[in-house]
Amino acid sequence: MLNLTSVDWLIMLLYFVFVLGIGFALKRSMKTSKDFFQAGRALPAWICGLAFISANLGAQEVIGMGASGAKYGLETAQFYGIGAIPAMIFVGIFMMPFYYGSKARSVPEFLRMRFDEKTRALNACSFAVMTVFSSGISMYAMARLIQALHVFDGLFYALGWRTEGIFTFSIVLSAVIVLAYIFLGGLTSAIYNEVLQFFLIIAGFLPLVLIGLRSIGGWNGLKASVPLQYMHEWKGVSHAATNPMGIEIIGLGMGLGFVLGSGYWCTDFLVIQTAMASRNVESARRVPLIAAVPKMLFPFLVILPGLLAIGMATPKTTTVESRGANGSIFHETTVVSPEVAEGRGLVPAKMNPVTGKAMLDASGQPLLDYDMATPNMLLHFFPTGILGLGLTALLASFMSGMAGNVTAFNTVFTYDLYQSYIHKGGSDQHYLAVGRWATVGGILLSIGTAYAAINFNNIMDTLQLVFSFVNAPLFATFLLGMFWKRATGHAAFSGLIAGTATAMLHHGLTLPIEARPGIHGGWIAVLHHYPSDMAQNFWTAIFAFSANFIVTVVVSYCTKAKPEAELVGLVHSLTPKPERSHIVWWKRPEALAVAILLGAIGLNIFFY
Amino acid sequence: MSLDLRIPMGLMFTLVGVILSAFGLATRGNAKRYAPSLGINANLWWGLVLLVFGLTMLLLGRRGQTRIEKERQLPPADGEERRGH
Repeated sequence: MLNLTSVDWLIMLLYFVFVLGIGFALKRSMKTSKDFFQAGRALPAWICGLAFISANLGAQEVIGMGASGAKYGLETAQFYGIGAIPAMIFVGIFMMPFYYGSKARSVPEFLRMRFDEKTRALNACSFAVMTVFSSGISMYAMARLIQALHVFDGLFYALGWRTEGIFTFSIVLSAVIVLAYIFLGGLTSAIYNEVLQFFLIIAGFLPLVLIGLRSIGGWNGLKASVPLQYMHEWKGVSHAATNPMGIEIIGLGMGLGFVLGSGYWCTDFLVIQTAMASRNVESARRVPLIAAVPKMLFPFLVILPGLLAIGMATPKTTTVESRGANGSIFHETTVVSPEVAEGRGLVPAKMNPVTGKAMLDASGQPLLDYDMATPNMLLHFFPTGILGLGLTALLASFMSGMAGNVTAFNTVFTYDLYQSYIHKGGSDQHYLAVGRWATVGGILLSIGTAYAAINFNNIMDTLQLVFSFVNAPLFATFLLGMFWKRATGHAAFSGLIAGTATAMLHHGLTLPIEARPGIHGGWIAVLHHYPSDMAQNFWTAIFAFSANFIVTVVVSYCTKAKPEAELVGLVHSLTPKPERSHIVWWKRPEALAVAILLGAIGLNIFFY
Repeated sequence: MSLDLRIPMGLMFTLVGVILSAFGLATRGNAKRYAPSLGINANLWWGLVLLVFGLTMLLLGRRGQTRIEKERQLPPADGEERRGH
């Protein structure tokens, strides 16, 4: 049972006070809609850079990467090594000049400038829906974790409230705080808080990794405690059978590196919005590159706790016999609950709530609740005091994940839906007000999603599945749009539809080996089995991307291209090279990019 | 922007550092409390680290804030920083 003392509460309270304080302090500089939605386009590159990774560092990342580290080992680091880093370099060096230079206020708006109205509308609608649902899922996950860790139980007992209310309390609390600071300070407030959260995560997780490593006997001790293939990022990826995820090199490289990684980091307005808030095009280009530096080091912070958790000794019920001074005999028994005893390391087993026994997989091994890997490490190693800091870091990551979604939603809603299709030509103050109320509306919808997730068990999986169908083909559209002047609006639109349809079709026809047809795939017919759901995901993305690419190219040749004069600043070959002779060579983004690439290669060799 | 982020951030980490290290100091020698963290007084040591970090941020932030105020008093002569082309 979690025992929090007043020091823990004080730290948590302090964080909330500062989060709200930042919102209030920024309120007076929110004068125009540009201040509110784009942070006035005046933030320093380092702040935007840290917010760039922080926006993605929600709970799904912190908990999920720990879980994946416990389940697959260091192979998880490939999400960083080939998933994130090259994509971040690409978006910084090659794509940012068009996003920023086009003066578009959002990613969908860029699509309208480059292609046409219907492509923008398609992207804006699907994006707005996804952000609302994502922030609802984040909220739900947070409330569930707070329940599971019994964070507020003590508080509720002390106040004499019923503990059933904890779920609602957690949701309302997070919603009110996020709403308040975005309502007051807009994107600036969200970005500032994301940076605050970035440092909090380091403050909360670095000591955890250090103590955990010390406890297990350092790096060599960790190597000795987990299966060999857990410690290698690359060894074994040439064949699906010899690595924990069951993915072979082509699926991994193409699926993760090219399609999924780039699709996310290069097209998702959630992260792009922070780069677009910086003060000029050169610093906007530097934003993703600055972000890539700490991103390279994050595997140590978020994956290692999971790996350490699986490597620790599993707690057992023990009895220690000791003799008192007067000859009396004491028996001190430490009882661990069955889910802990049935688990592996500090990762508990999943229990069947009806029988009270551990749930077993097809081979008779207990199913493990990997999501608890990182939280259990916190509870296991942290004494009260620093435990408050660790929990605050966890809460902060949930809230900033939500906040990024909410600011992306209010911008896309106001500029791309409201201003474009509902009410054109209003005053700037009008759109500022609409943006504020869109924030309220977005958060209310998120709360609705969070509650829907309680009643419909599968809703989260279903939503994430649908998102993956929509997102998988996106990168092809941007790639062709920015680097091929012939690509047309009709082509982009039909390519997106074809890509999403292909993703659905592929998912409906294939199945991971251990799953039954249904939500995991195979709902049309099972033509092919994949060794894991991760492998299936990657191949879904590859097929969707290819379909979009091919359809866009073919339809482009059949339709009339935009006149070249309209594409200046939007397409690579028609945009004059920016004048950069006033910047010293080592301050140019390209120099930074090369340094990061070398660092990433070094890291991959280290984890080989 | 009117507020240099490093000021509130530095302030927060300074306060957290003070709280943690003071608590660590007060609970020094309490072996049972620090059994989970392998006998290391995690509060004291990490509190001191955060204190140093917070104060550094605060210092840098104060300098940055002075610059912001100066810039606001005399608007730059040649407009914004040079943009791309």
